[in-house]
Amino acid sequence: MSAHPAKAQRVGMEVSIAVSHAVQMARAEAIAAYPITPQTHIVEHLSTLVANGELEAEFINVESEHSALSACIGMSAAGARTYTATSAQGLALMHEILFIASGMRFPIVMTVANRALSAPLSIWNDHSDIMAARDIGWIQVFVENGQEAYDHTIMAFKIAEHPEVLLPTIVNLDGFILSHVVEALEFISQEDVDAFLPPYQPKYRLDPKKPVTMGAFAMPEIYTEVKYAHQVALTNSYHHILKVWDEWANLTGRRYRPVETYLTEDAKVLFLTMGSLTEVAEVAVEEMRAQGLPVGLVSLRLWRPFPFDALREAVKDAELLIVCDRALSAGGPGGPVHSEVRNCLYPLESKPATVNYIIGLGGRDVPPEAFHDILARAQKEVESGPSGEFFLYGVRG
Amino acid sequence: MIKYTKPLEQTTWRETEVGGVLTVPGTAREYRTGDWRSQHPVWTKSRCIRCGVCWTVCPEPAIVEEPGGYFDMDPNYCKGCGICARECVTGCISMVPEEE
Repeated sequence: MSAHPAKAQRVGMEVSIAVSHAVQMARAEAIAAYPITPQTHIVEHLSTLVANGELEAEFINVESEHSALSACIGMSAAGARTYTATSAQGLALMHEILFIASGMRFPIVMTVANRALSAPLSIWNDHSDIMAARDIGWIQVFVENGQEAYDHTIMAFKIAEHPEVLLPTIVNLDGFILSHVVEALEFISQEDVDAFLPPYQPKYRLDPKKPVTMGAFAMPEIYTEVKYAHQVALTNSYHHILKVWDEWANLTGRRYRPVETYLTEDAKVLFLTMGSLTEVAEVAVEEMRAQGLPVGLVSLRLWRPFPFDALREAVKDAELLIVCDRALSAGGPGGPVHSEVRNCLYPLESKPATVNYIIGLGGRDVPPEAFHDILARAQKEVESGPSGEFFLYGVRG
Repeated sequence: MIKYTKPLEQTTWRETEVGGVLTVPGTAREYRTGDWRSQHPVWTKSRCIRCGVCWTVCPEPAIVEEPGGYFDMDPNYCKGCGICARECVTGCISMVPEEE
C-alpha cells in the first residue's frame, strides 16, 4: 500500500520547540510543569504559546514536579487533555504520583528529556532517570531524533486516550543531544492533526451532575484485581499502539515499529540501543558492513509494554547480541535493558549470547568508534568466557 | 444501603472499573470498621440524661438514638475509640473490653 503523505511543511527548529508545537497542534487543554534542565525550553515555549493566546489551555505554574503531576491528575480527572514534561530530578520528585496517574488510568502525556540523576550532579544525558521509573505502569516510548519527537508527541495522545487503553504515556528524548539540537523537521497541517486526533472523550470525569469516586482505597480483597486490570490494559495497549503508528504512517509516510532493525539480514552480531544512540550506532554498523563484518543493529523504540515477541523475532538468528545500556543498576546485574532483554530471550531454545556494555553515562560522548571498540571487546569476551556481568565502557583505571 | 451485585471477594479483575472508579455513592458503608474494635462503650441508663453529647462527638458516626431518647453504639461501625466515654457529661459511659 502506498502512503499518501499529508501536506508537510519543512522547518528548521530546535527539537524542544518542535515538541511544544506538537503539544499545541494536539490541542492540549491543560498543562502543569516545572522547568528543569534540559526540558526547560519545552515548557517555556508552551507557556509563551498560552500567554500569547496561540494555545487555548490552562497553564498552571507549580512549585515542584510533585505538584506538577498532581495538578495534571486533577485536570485529567476533570476531562482535559493534559500534558507535562520533566527530566531527571524532576521525574524522581514525581515518583509517587507517577504510579497514581497510571493506577487511576489518566491519559496524561509527558515528555521526559532524559538526563543523569544526581549525585554527582550532572545535567547531561543518560537514561538513569527513566530506568528508575521503569515500573510506573505508563506506556513508554523512546525517540531517536527530532522528527520522531514531534511525531510521537502527537501520537502519544491518541494512544493514551483510546478507551481501551486509558494510560499515561511518556515520550523519552535524550536531553541536549535531542532537546537542544536544531533539526530540519516536517510538520503536518493543523487540519491533518485534527482529523488524526479527535477531542478526548473521558470514560469518567469529575462532574457534579454525575458524581463518581476516584482514587478510593482498595481492600486486600480487590487490590490485586484492580492491579491486574491495569497490567492487562498496558499489555494490550501494544495492539492499539501499532494501529496508531500505522495510521500515522499512512498520513506522513513515516513508519514506526516497536523494535526497529537496521542491516540485520544475515547479521551474526547485533547491537541493541535505545534513543539517539541508535543513529550513532547506525553509522558504526554501516562502517562495519563496509568492512565485510556481519553486524546489524536493533533498537527498542517501545519500552513499555515490552515488545517480547518482536524482540525475539528480531534477534533469534544472531550469535551475539551486544546490549548497550545508558544506565547502571548499581549492585545489580548491570544495565536494566540488558537485564530485561536477557529475561525475554531466556525461554528460547536457540538464542544469541548476550554481553552488556554500559555507555554514555552523565553525558559522556559516544562516537561511532566506540562501537568498533565494543565489538572487538565483546567478541573477545565471548571467546574467553565473560569476565563480568557487565562492562562499564570507558571507565578509567 | 448500597447493594453490590457481588461481594468484593468474588469480583473478578474484568468486573473492576477502569482505575478503580466507584460509580455509586456510599460504598464505604460496606466496610465494617467495627471489626477493628478492642473495646466498646456501655451506657448506664440510670445516669444518662439523654443530652446527646455522645452522639454529637462520635467521629464515625456510630452512635444511634434508641426509642426513648437513649443512645447505643452501632456494632458494625464503632471502632471503640472511647471519645464518647471521655466526653459524656455524667460519666455514664464506660469502655468494656471485647470478649475473645
